[in-house]
Amino acid sequence: MASSPRLTHLQSLEAESIHILRETAAELQRPVLLYSMGKDSAVLLHLAKKAFFPGKLPFPLLHVDTTWKFRDMYAMRDRAAAEHELIVYRNPDAAARNINPFEHGSELHTQLWKTEGLRRALAEYGFDAAIGGARRDEEKSRAKERIFSLRSAHQRWDPKNQRPELWSLYNTRVRPGESFRVFPLSNWTELDVWQYIEAERIPVAPLYFSAERRVVRRSGAWIMMDDERMQIEAGEQPEMRRVRFRTLGCYPLSGAVESEAESVGDIIREIAESRASERQGRLIDQDTPSSMEKKKQDGYF
Amino acid sequence: MPGAKSLLRLVACGSVDDGKSTLIGRLLYDLGAIPDDQLEALARDSRSIGTRGGELDFALLVDGLMAEREQGVTIDVAYRYFATEKRTFVVADAPGHTQYTRNMATAASNADVALLLIDARKGVLTQTRRHAFIASLMGVKQAVLAITKMDLIGYDKTRYHRIVSDFVALAETLEIPRLAAIPVSGVGGDNIVARSASTPWYDGPTLIELLETAEPSEADRADRPLRMAVQSVARPNLDFRGFSGRLSAGRVKPGDAVRVLPSGRTANVARIVTADGDLPEAIAGQSVTLTLDHEIDCSRGDVIAAADAPCEIADQFQATVIWMSDTPLFPGRRYGLKIGAAQANATITEIRYGFDIDSFQHTPEKQLDANGIGVCNVSLDRDIPFDPFERNRETGGFILIDLDTGETAGTGLIHFALRRAHNVHWQALEVDREAHAAIKGQRPAILWFTGLSGAGKSTIANLVEKRLHSLGRHTVLLDGDNIRHGLNRDLGFTPADRVENIRRIAEVAKLMADAGLIVLVSFISPFRQERELARGLAKQGEFFEIHVDTPLEVAEQRDVKGLYKKARAGQLKNFTGIDSPYEPPARPEIHIDAVNTSPADAAEAIVKAIGAAISR
Repeated sequence: MASSPRLTHLQSLEAESIHILRETAAELQRPVLLYSMGKDSAVLLHLAKKAFFPGKLPFPLLHVDTTWKFRDMYAMRDRAAAEHELIVYRNPDAAARNINPFEHGSELHTQLWKTEGLRRALAEYGFDAAIGGARRDEEKSRAKERIFSLRSAHQRWDPKNQRPELWSLYNTRVRPGESFRVFPLSNWTELDVWQYIEAERIPVAPLYFSAERRVVRRSGAWIMMDDERMQIEAGEQPEMRRVRFRTLGCYPLSGAVESEAESVGDIIREIAESRASERQGRLIDQDTPSSMEKKKQDGYF
Repeated sequence: MPGAKSLLRLVACGSVDDGKSTLIGRLLYDLGAIPDDQLEALARDSRSIGTRGGELDFALLVDGLMAEREQGVTIDVAYRYFATEKRTFVVADAPGHTQYTRNMATAASNADVALLLIDARKGVLTQTRRHAFIASLMGVKQAVLAITKMDLIGYDKTRYHRIVSDFVALAETLEIPRLAAIPVSGVGGDNIVARSASTPWYDGPTLIELLETAEPSEADRADRPLRMAVQSVARPNLDFRGFSGRLSAGRVKPGDAVRVLPSGRTANVARIVTADGDLPEAIAGQSVTLTLDHEIDCSRGDVIAAADAPCEIADQFQATVIWMSDTPLFPGRRYGLKIGAAQANATITEIRYGFDIDSFQHTPEKQLDANGIGVCNVSLDRDIPFDPFERNRETGGFILIDLDTGETAGTGLIHFALRRAHNVHWQALEVDREAHAAIKGQRPAILWFTGLSGAGKSTIANLVEKRLHSLGRHTVLLDGDNIRHGLNRDLGFTPADRVENIRRIAEVAKLMADAGLIVLVSFISPFRQERELARGLAKQGEFFEIHVDTPLEVAEQRDVKGLYKKARAGQLKNFTGIDSPYEPPARPEIHIDAVNTSPADAAEAIVKAIGAAISR
């Protein structure tokens, strides 16, 4: 007998993510899609559009802003806002105290703008499911996170008390105050994301592609001088380098890598040969040992 | 779409210390899947917390959570990803110790292949038998047996063959039809990606070659009859009505005849709508939106199936249940059930038998504790479409949800329907409950008195009944002690029996309310869930939960029947408040402070509170 037709692994991943997005919309009262303008967000938004085609997205997008993203990212956000309902939230506490990565350090900056900002945004709008683009291959503690990951009324993650997920059955029951973080890209790898971006021609921020950029060397990474707020430390010398970013966040905390990759195809080849992990350029993961796990327990994405 | 590799899902299982994390870490390392910065971190960690005297400790690559690193064991199922030229792999890494049944079942639920590890020094252990048993139960029909730590037995061929033949005997009893074995060492990297020079007597494939050629376990699922659980109805405008879902089996083309279950109505598929344009055909695994050639009733939770080969429909079936909650499963208690996109309320009506997971023997069980496995009769409050689990994991597997905490309390694998649900109809009664109540000139009600033993429930309930009687109301009083002498005399005081005790009372109370009576129920009824069950049986607005609230110290001091004294002396087991819990109502309709209120005042307050509800 001829062998039965089968989906490729990218088709399987796409179908699984669409299934997860539809379950979220069907079972939760008030979901929101966290949109951070990165490549994972771009893929997530693309999948959401596919999941609810020919209808519109049944939930809004939310960007928890830190005011320190790259200018290119804000341009991406404006384009998304033209097409979908998009909420921008800035933690008023962080704004009042003018929190920034230079004077307050990456840990406090991230804590107040991102972790605390997200918590407050979810509470103020009453969202009971926040859909995010995190993947299990990103980091070791993520490898154990569920696709529908329960948060207590205090938005904390308890890794020792997670709901088992069998087949594609998700238990979405919440008690008052509890909420979910939903991760439709859980089973994707960085390479899958780029291959999908290539196959589906999904637009991403130009920062992912190599170009001459003004940078300084800091903590072993290239930091881009994206706007006039950038503070140069003693001994640092701005220079032009051909660099690109593997992940995007706040520009003073995002390390660029030297690269010649100018297209999605180049990036895929580069990753296949790469010997460095994607999060290497992220200064915030290295704050303390197992720092990601701690941040996640506190409610960071 | 490019990326035309196939996907294989593995469940890796082994006992404590059999080198599972080391083997997986080694596999990732040998395939070059570990980036340089993680390797640097590994070298650093190996020196500080490694167990290999500064040599690379591959287990540290996969033991992720802080608590695990401290304890040197794996706590929860973790997922890893790697790819070769031919395939991409997802490994569900199931811990081998505490909660093994729960974790193994979860990790195995989506697996094509079970990778079973056996320590060459120890051979087939009880743990190995458990893992193989659960893998087989969860429908994994293919196993790769990795005999690890071959370096520690000097690559002894005889010992290897003895372990393999021990396991083959086990696999035969468990119906794992496809089996391969391979001698490996995670530390030495033998036969993982590269062939080992230390095992010249082994001429089979390497581990990675085996995994690259293994057949996915449901490889033929596109050739089975169509199944699609409807997740949502897409209605973007008046002219479009589509049914969105993911095909779990079969294929579908425009023009195909389909049947919507449980209604059984048929239609033909008009279009297969996706954002990439209409498709000429969709196959198992794809997420699509179907439109039909004419309007039929179809909503979330229904299954669209091949018209000539639909699934079965039932509200009662037999299933193997794997329990995962620390709160035991009790027959009679109500749980939420989810299967596909459908939800129902479920009750386990009978545990036919449990399994001794070490000997696979059947055992009699009155309840299932965490990690217990039993074959049960399950009854639902509505019909659901299903297939036997052996035929389709997605339409035959369900989860059970604790209605109180919301946790996933267990999972079940459906074997067969116990009766054809659509043959059974409720007897349509001509003299109905409304007629019963009308002739009595009242509205029925259930007054449910709950509280500790000696709280004063029966005293107050008696006074309430006398007062209602004097007002010309038709009443009946069900008292815990009296019912236990008759209807429930076969029940003891274990948690399982307490659940059944209350279930019967709740049903009796409902029947009597249907007869138009005002029913007074005076039972300790310590568990919130059973009181909620009773409430669920009553009509909206007819159920009054009355908490006769007397603190334990006061009730124990009164000790009218001398029971607390006996319980404290250890002569009475499972006594509420002493060695069995009492869960106070969160929002009772009526709360009686039984310390500061006299029984007469309490009774008067209750009669007043229900006055409007029982008057016509």
